Amino acid sequence: MSAPRQSTAGLVFKWCLSVCLALILLYFVFRIYANGQPLWAIGALCLFGLGFYVYLANVAFAYRYLYPGVAAMLVFVALPMFYTASIGFTNYSSNNLLSESRSRQYLLEQSVPVDATSMRFTLHPDGNEFRIALSELEDVEPAIPTANFVSASLALMSQTPPLNVRMSSAKEASFPIGPPLPLSEVLKHRSALQAATLSLPDGRKLSYAGVGEFAEMSSLWRPNADGSLLHLLTGESYHPNQTTGFFENEKGEQIQPGFKVGVGLANYARILLDQEFRAPFVAIFTWTVAFSGLTVVFTLAIGLLLAAILNWEALPARGIYRTLLFLPYAVPAFISILVFKGLFNQNFGEINALLDAVFGVKPAWFADPLLAKIMVLVVNTWLGYPYFMILCSGLIKAIPADLYEASALVGASPWTNFKTITAPLIIKPLMPLLVSVFAFNFNNFVVIALLTDGRPDYLNTKLPAGTTDILVSYTYRIAFQDAGQNFGLAAAISTIIFILIALLSMANLRLTRGRETNQ
Amino acid sequence: MAIVTSKQQKWRMLTAHVFLWALIAVTIFPLLAVISISLRPGNFSTGSLIPTEISLEHWKLALGFSYQADDGSLVEPPFPVLRWLWNSIKIATISSLLIVTISTTAAYAFARLKFPYKATILNSMLLLQMFPAVLALVAIYAIFELIGNYIPWLGIESHGGVMLAYVGGIAMHIWTIRGYFETIPQEIEECAKVDGATHWQTFRYVLLPMAMPILVVVFVLAFIGTIVEYPVASVLLREEANLTLAVGSKYYLNDQKFLWGDFAAAAVLCGLPITIVFLTAQRWIVSGLTAGAVKG
Repeated sequence: MSAPRQSTAGLVFKWCLSVCLALILLYFVFRIYANGQPLWAIGALCLFGLGFYVYLANVAFAYRYLYPGVAAMLVFVALPMFYTASIGFTNYSSNNLLSESRSRQYLLEQSVPVDATSMRFTLHPDGNEFRIALSELEDVEPAIPTANFVSASLALMSQTPPLNVRMSSAKEASFPIGPPLPLSEVLKHRSALQAATLSLPDGRKLSYAGVGEFAEMSSLWRPNADGSLLHLLTGESYHPNQTTGFFENEKGEQIQPGFKVGVGLANYARILLDQEFRAPFVAIFTWTVAFSGLTVVFTLAIGLLLAAILNWEALPARGIYRTLLFLPYAVPAFISILVFKGLFNQNFGEINALLDAVFGVKPAWFADPLLAKIMVLVVNTWLGYPYFMILCSGLIKAIPADLYEASALVGASPWTNFKTITAPLIIKPLMPLLVSVFAFNFNNFVVIALLTDGRPDYLNTKLPAGTTDILVSYTYRIAFQDAGQNFGLAAAISTIIFILIALLSMANLRLTRGRETNQ
Repeated sequence: MAIVTSKQQKWRMLTAHVFLWALIAVTIFPLLAVISISLRPGNFSTGSLIPTEISLEHWKLALGFSYQADDGSLVEPPFPVLRWLWNSIKIATISSLLIVTISTTAAYAFARLKFPYKATILNSMLLLQMFPAVLALVAIYAIFELIGNYIPWLGIESHGGVMLAYVGGIAMHIWTIRGYFETIPQEIEECAKVDGATHWQTFRYVLLPMAMPILVVVFVLAFIGTIVEYPVASVLLREEANLTLAVGSKYYLNDQKFLWGDFAAAAVLCGLPITIVFLTAQRWIVSGLTAGAVKG
């Protein structure tokens, strides 16, 4: 097939556009690189480069159609997976958030006020704006200090308060300054004052140095030639420790913030070997398996039974029944789960109101571990049975009717029909679906996160762990909720789940293949 | 065939009806209860399923109006529900359009074009989709933080970022559309090619118009899938005005501040349209179910 002919003008336009786009994208790549993230820059460069190659070079047309989809899946599905797995081998957490060079930079930017240069400041309202006045610090503070330097009127209340403030000598000031603001009023402007630098006429630069004072700042740290940092107040050297991810002195004292380092298998060792961590982990793992297994059993039992009844042709009004029974699937899950959260509420939920009226009991659904687990299972069964009802309906319809007619001739009961005809014929096509529903519920984060948030918690664990937490919700808590957001540990658990899911997928593939070859 | 109904048969029929009605009662009790609660005055009162006293206070709050309480104080809406609904619809619509566009072109390549490793690429895409995004949240957060450093409107706390994150979930849709493309006879496109149409022209003017029904189905599926998505949105969006409905609704039922009645009105207000869309699309969704797609 010949390539379509393009006019010269069209060609010029196409190349101009491509060059402009290429320049913009190269600029982004350069900025990523300049920010000290060469690996990301290389990745972005490869992605963009491949895009230009596919659309501009004369390669197979198919790739032009594939590129957006494949790129989206690579960047937003495959990359997060591999990145998660790699985070699992690091100590990435809220304490060790930055790279080593960034954390060094952060420390080198830290500064302390030099006491001898401190000056007292006062704020003086001037219309809607304020003037800053500086005076010498004195042992006994006069009520109204004599100002040495004053600023112009500053809009401290605005969205963008001034950063650089020029101070002029008070003697030369042509305007009178009003009475100073009381301290409580001054504190309201603290964030604006902290951001400001005052330049004195003699070239000194002062920064906010605590309540009522501005002073010259000096760095807290000085880099040594060997890569360590010298603490200028104590004179101690802090060396970067590549195993713990902190700058440490000889006594092993650590300086915040730490940095991200590889820790090898430490996270996995912690999950599998640390006695204190293993106990809740094993409990949560067991509950995850029980939760997904029991959900499959309950939803399948109810769904299959309903499908069998609704396929009974003599039954009137089957369509209405089916629509009503399908409703749990049609209501958005996040709404129905929260509705259940309210209904199960111990004190003013409707379920306890009912139970109280009939049996005189008010169970604590959210406080008792066993009751909470039962509640989670009830809600999840409610959410899940329509799926099996619909699936099994389809499968039962596909069974040849003459089988049932034959069994009717010998007068078989419905139960015999089910046991000898229906069940054996649908179990095979059902198997891969059972596995995928199991895998889905294994990671059914939404139902746990919205219903119980994993609570009630175990009492004696180092990291908070809940009795209704399943592995994914536990991972989420470690990574995003509780103090000390430990991304590395969460990623390690995620990686373990990845492997489990991969195994389940393989089993699923086998079952599907087996079904196809049998048919 | 003459139907012979024995006495036994009648009993069975009755049992089936009783059983079905019992189950329907359990199934729709929560849904009826939440409607009744939304009409009941107060956030803590319990009462019968049919409310004895109708009050529209929760509905006023859900629709963004404040109302005068009995003691004379003005009650303000606790959360911007309509804003959340709008955020959800905006994100779901735009990301579904992106998803449909990207998966249609990819499906065309898989259905019609020849290229090496075709089956391998499609199978690995389907396999990748088995791993839910909730497992890679840490990495997703880190990636969008990085993107946000350079393009703020695609970073953390931006709706653009959430839309972009959803665009990765296309494997099932590619599979569905590919299956539909394969049912369309290839001869029509070949005729177009004989007349001198390019690849793109046959795709755009011949195949796409014929595939419209499946594109609508995929759009609805993607729309429902993204509007109920919770984990990714909960990590990427944190500011109250920015939340989607799925993330925001949770804040009504905080243990310290349990706004049961207000939640009920908001839930009915937002849940009803989504449920109606879902029931309308039910037929297509059911056919998608058997392909192994599980709703989240």
